[in-house]
Amino acid sequence: MIGIGIGVVLLVILGLIVLLVGWGILTYNSLVTLRNQLQNAWAQIDVQLKRRYDLIPNLVEVVKDYMQYEQEVLTRVTEARAAAVAAQGPADQARAENALTGALRQLFAVVENYPDLKANENVMRLQEELTGTENRIAFARQFYNDTVMRFNTRLQTFPTNIIAGVLGFTAQEFFETDDAEREPVKVNLR
Amino acid sequence: METRGLYGEIAANRRRSLLLVFTLTVLLGAFGAALGSLYGDAGAGLVVAMAVAGVLLLTTWYGGASMTLAASSARPADPARDQVLLNVVHEMAIASGLPVPSVHVIDDSAPNAFATGRDPDHAAIAVTTGLYQKLDRDELQGVIAHELAHVRNFDIRYTTLVAVTVGAIALLADFALRRMWWSGPTRSRNRGAGPLILVAVLVAILAPLSARLLQAAVSRRRETLADLGSAEMTRYPEALARALEKIEADPEVLEAANRATAPLYIVNPIKSFEKRAASLLRSHPPTEERVRLLRGLVLSGGPAPGSPASGSSS
Repeated sequence: MIGIGIGVVLLVILGLIVLLVGWGILTYNSLVTLRNQLQNAWAQIDVQLKRRYDLIPNLVEVVKDYMQYEQEVLTRVTEARAAAVAAQGPADQARAENALTGALRQLFAVVENYPDLKANENVMRLQEELTGTENRIAFARQFYNDTVMRFNTRLQTFPTNIIAGVLGFTAQEFFETDDAEREPVKVNLR
Repeated sequence: METRGLYGEIAANRRRSLLLVFTLTVLLGAFGAALGSLYGDAGAGLVVAMAVAGVLLLTTWYGGASMTLAASSARPADPARDQVLLNVVHEMAIASGLPVPSVHVIDDSAPNAFATGRDPDHAAIAVTTGLYQKLDRDELQGVIAHELAHVRNFDIRYTTLVAVTVGAIALLADFALRRMWWSGPTRSRNRGAGPLILVAVLVAILAPLSARLLQAAVSRRRETLADLGSAEMTRYPEALARALEKIEADPEVLEAANRATAPLYIVNPIKSFEKRAASLLRSHPPTEERVRLLRGLVLSGGPAPGSPASGSSS
């Protein structure tokens, strides 16, 4: 009789252990999946940034001849692009990217003053491509932040938070925009 | 209506639509069992109901996207002519994390759009030239985001399942009514036959009707979810609100649409039908209601960097 009792208890304990391990495996897998999505989202941002680097020289070429009096704006764009391409490390890169965005915005604002340039089909296509690229970068960052939120939330809620640290997962940081980028664009009207 | 915040609204809508579909499935099963019991075997009735639904499902599952596109005479988008459209679709695909769907254009001056395809890997979006020309870039973004939200929520698959269930109920009701007309229930006792037949007829008429009401309710719920999904992607619900108002106000009638494809479009393209139909049978919520919901949304985190709402040009 006692033998059977002990047997049942052992079985129950075994069952519990199996359940716990099963839960641990499922949790680990879902965290890995989320982390990979996160890395993919981060890589996407890079893809869009590179796309922008490739488009800019074309734009500068096309508008150069029309914008005789705006060389400083063009120079700033070219220099900012070179700096962004050469940047090392995420902090540096973020700063350079923000500077490039600012320079491009100034360029677009200035183009508004040149009706011939504005109407030129090549310029319009390039401008649309750059607008598209800027938007893609912005949305890639947004998606990255959304994924960070999902990942962190999963990490920090019960019961996953119990084993998350043990399994080696840490909360990730959001991508913040520089304050400089939020300043309004200054345009010199002639 | 209290403001629940974007994510709260999304969760509530998902729950409601799942409940509706569950009710529909139960209705199908109950109807099948009821008919079965009329002929002496409730279990067989249930099985038959599910089998009919299964057959319908198989025939519609894979045909989907290409049939709808062909029916609307859509052409693939051209990178040279449709640059802005393709860029907007790419942007929204990035914002949602979905693969980029194939993009098509319908030559029609009435503004409208739809999405089709059984899952995000096989999705297609079609947009009329009218929409493309009459909306500005932000509004176009809002509409495309709405369509991508449909794709992300597996709405096409969802509505196919619902349509199949409703179709199965309709078929069974038809079959039952026909059998009753030509020969009464096989095991009716003469004393109880009268009221039993009456009940059977009532059930056979009411079941398809209530199924259709449920179907319309599900459709409206999914439209609202897609509106909210669009706001989530763009972080700028005003864009979709403006777009919906513009589309609604446009007097032109979409020639390529018919009653079958109507629920797929972003705004019900059949204008006269919409005015005559009872509100319970509408496939889309009324536009003013949608606009009000979008404008009343409380977003956390503010507009996306680079979006017009944050001050940069587009």
